[in-house]
Amino acid sequence: MVSVCFYFQVHQPYRLRKYPIFDIGRNHNYFDDKKNEEVLKKVATKCYLPTNRTILDLIEKTDGRFRASYSLSGIVLEQFEKYCPDVLESFRQLVDTGYVELLDETYYHSLSFIYSKKEFKEQVKLHNEKIKEIFNFTPRIFRNTELIYNNELANFIEKLGYSGILAEGADYILGWRSPNFVYKPKTTEKISLLLKNYRLSDDIAFRFGEKSWAEYPLTAPKFAQWVNAINGNGVLVNLFMDYETFGEHQWEDKGIFKFLEHLPWEIMKHPDNDFITPSEAVERYKPVAELDIHQLISWADIERDLSAWLGNKMQQEAARELYSLENAVKKSRNQEIIDDWRKLQISDNFYYMCTKWFADGDVHKYFNPFDRPHDAFISFMNIINDLKIRLKE
Amino acid sequence: MFGWEFPPFSSGGLGTACYGLTKSLSKKGVDITFVLPSADDTLKSDFLRLISTKGVRIRGIRSLLTPYMSVRDYRNLRRARSGAPNIYGATLFDEVYRYTEAAADIAKQETFDLIHCHDWMTFGAGIKAKKISGKPLAVHVHATEFDRTGGNNVNEYVYRLERNGMEAADVVIAVSNFTKNKIVQHYGINPEKIVVVHNAVEITDDASSIDQFVIKKHDRVVLFVGRITLQKGPDYFIYAAKKVLEHEPNVKFIMVGTGDMEMRMIEKAAELGIADRVLFTGFLGHNDLEKVYRMADVYVMPSVSEPFGITPLEAMRNGVPTIISKQSGVSEVIKNCLLVDFWDINELTNKIVAVLRYRTLGDLLKEDALREVKKITWDKPADKCISVYNKLLKGVQ
Repeated sequence: MVSVCFYFQVHQPYRLRKYPIFDIGRNHNYFDDKKNEEVLKKVATKCYLPTNRTILDLIEKTDGRFRASYSLSGIVLEQFEKYCPDVLESFRQLVDTGYVELLDETYYHSLSFIYSKKEFKEQVKLHNEKIKEIFNFTPRIFRNTELIYNNELANFIEKLGYSGILAEGADYILGWRSPNFVYKPKTTEKISLLLKNYRLSDDIAFRFGEKSWAEYPLTAPKFAQWVNAINGNGVLVNLFMDYETFGEHQWEDKGIFKFLEHLPWEIMKHPDNDFITPSEAVERYKPVAELDIHQLISWADIERDLSAWLGNKMQQEAARELYSLENAVKKSRNQEIIDDWRKLQISDNFYYMCTKWFADGDVHKYFNPFDRPHDAFISFMNIINDLKIRLKE
Repeated sequence: MFGWEFPPFSSGGLGTACYGLTKSLSKKGVDITFVLPSADDTLKSDFLRLISTKGVRIRGIRSLLTPYMSVRDYRNLRRARSGAPNIYGATLFDEVYRYTEAAADIAKQETFDLIHCHDWMTFGAGIKAKKISGKPLAVHVHATEFDRTGGNNVNEYVYRLERNGMEAADVVIAVSNFTKNKIVQHYGINPEKIVVVHNAVEITDDASSIDQFVIKKHDRVVLFVGRITLQKGPDYFIYAAKKVLEHEPNVKFIMVGTGDMEMRMIEKAAELGIADRVLFTGFLGHNDLEKVYRMADVYVMPSVSEPFGITPLEAMRNGVPTIISKQSGVSEVIKNCLLVDFWDINELTNKIVAVLRYRTLGDLLKEDALREVKKITWDKPADKCISVYNKLLKGVQ
């Protein structure tokens, strides 16, 4: 028996505008609204709307045998409300089928767990309330920003009442163990840990359109065979990926939508296979072992650590400076300041300051609205200085 | 090789580039006869000692030629030397003609497999040598007339010499894609005939600074190094200085170099009321220049049009954070620097202030740049030239 568990991440940041020193103390608008609207509408057309249609169609045609789960950041939900209400509506339709599960995360897609547990908890609550308000749904499973995870987080999340948590199935954590089972995090009682099968997930998310890849072109029957091969040495295949894989990272003309349309049918050809959501997985499969993960891991890059957001001095200083304002910001009781401060926490802001891609290739560059990581840092620090002035006023 | 400047008798990046390239080529077993216009009889032995590498020979032609001279400069120089024997031509262009003729004689006397010449003044010599010997010709473009003039008042004669050289050549070597595009656009050369070979920099042993500078007691230092001419954008540097001082008062701006805009820049600084904050050093020799680099907190290269631009690499080598014009070839090869459009004075100001204010930014740029610049050695360009040579020689057989 192999259960396939799809989880899609849906997120778009509020990109910062170029904020020069001249604006400090004079202009408190930090965001590039025009660009944010543009990007959101583009991705809505290329990805969110057509993919939602495909998924809805699959659920209906299979009578719910195909199912999936999503995590939508609070930030992307706000932007849907503002710029693309039709996208929000199509997500509502999906949730209303009863076969789509929503997960919780930090509202601001932030790194707050690392810097302030208090702020982290507040953001989880905000997200939980937003999901309830829009979808009338209460998540039972948690996933942290970019699958950042360790024992401590699992423990914290268990105390908040969640029954499951997601993480990256990184080789250096698992060793000889397989990601295709449910685990129990060390230092917890009853919360279950689901691990991403990164090979199969990345075959779709990163390698699908890669012509130099030995398995190119990837077809649904071929992928279903790989899933079938897990029978006997695993019970669960967690396919976790960015939703923008469909139509945005992998283009329609490369056949990504055709692949998605056919995949469930190919997988279900094997009588022992089925689809499952994370909370169903947690209920059906008991943990096979305890996993001890001390250091923080994530699903990013080859390193699968925090180096994409906090790897260099600029990133560390920017984050330190930002979180050092927490008390002053909250004391101000100024909702605009609090909201701006929280939007600055969006992890993408730190990602844009990453310099390791200079050696690694250009994945980061593709997503970066700034010419250079240093430019992202300069704008960010100028903004922090403006925020400090507002706090004094 | 036909060139026109070589350290220590050089005033710009061309000499530095020829020196680095020649040294590395000879290490890799290429025998080079380097032909120079020269007004100095001691040149020959000086250079052999300087390079101290086998396989490189320097030949001089008596000449007053320097690469960045205007017709008027030349007239003045010649007047100043009026006591000397009259072996120099009457105008700059006569001088180029004389260099060409003399270089052709050398081509008859020497044995060689191919001809490699550097910038327009030597192109005539290259063409002649090719005609005499039948050997293949590579012309190396370090700068075009469009860079030197900013595109205004392009000198027809120089332009024609450049174009003739590129057309007659079997291959054109450009110091950047930026320059390659100019060659295609303004000279109508087939892009397939152009090979891009980026310059590099020599690594000095000790880049870390133990020097104590009095100036640094009270002020941070922003540095400009280059000829003070239109091409290098010195005016943008001065305007940015004025704006930076409005935000960060304790800063000194140092301009190293000379040129036809020097007086105007001194006056401009006075007019803007920042004369006490902008220091003009004139031309500096190697050791003093290295010292100034180590004094600097930020290096700025605001060039209007920079075919390559070796000075940012020199700054990086000395651990100085750099801000460079996007309109440059060097921006194609270095990542750990800040970029600006040369005309965007506000952005230049923003970035200078940011480096001064956010120490982390400067620290990181410094560390990363040191690591990066160590990899930009003359090995790579020399290898590329050798592969160009091999292709040319194969074509001959």
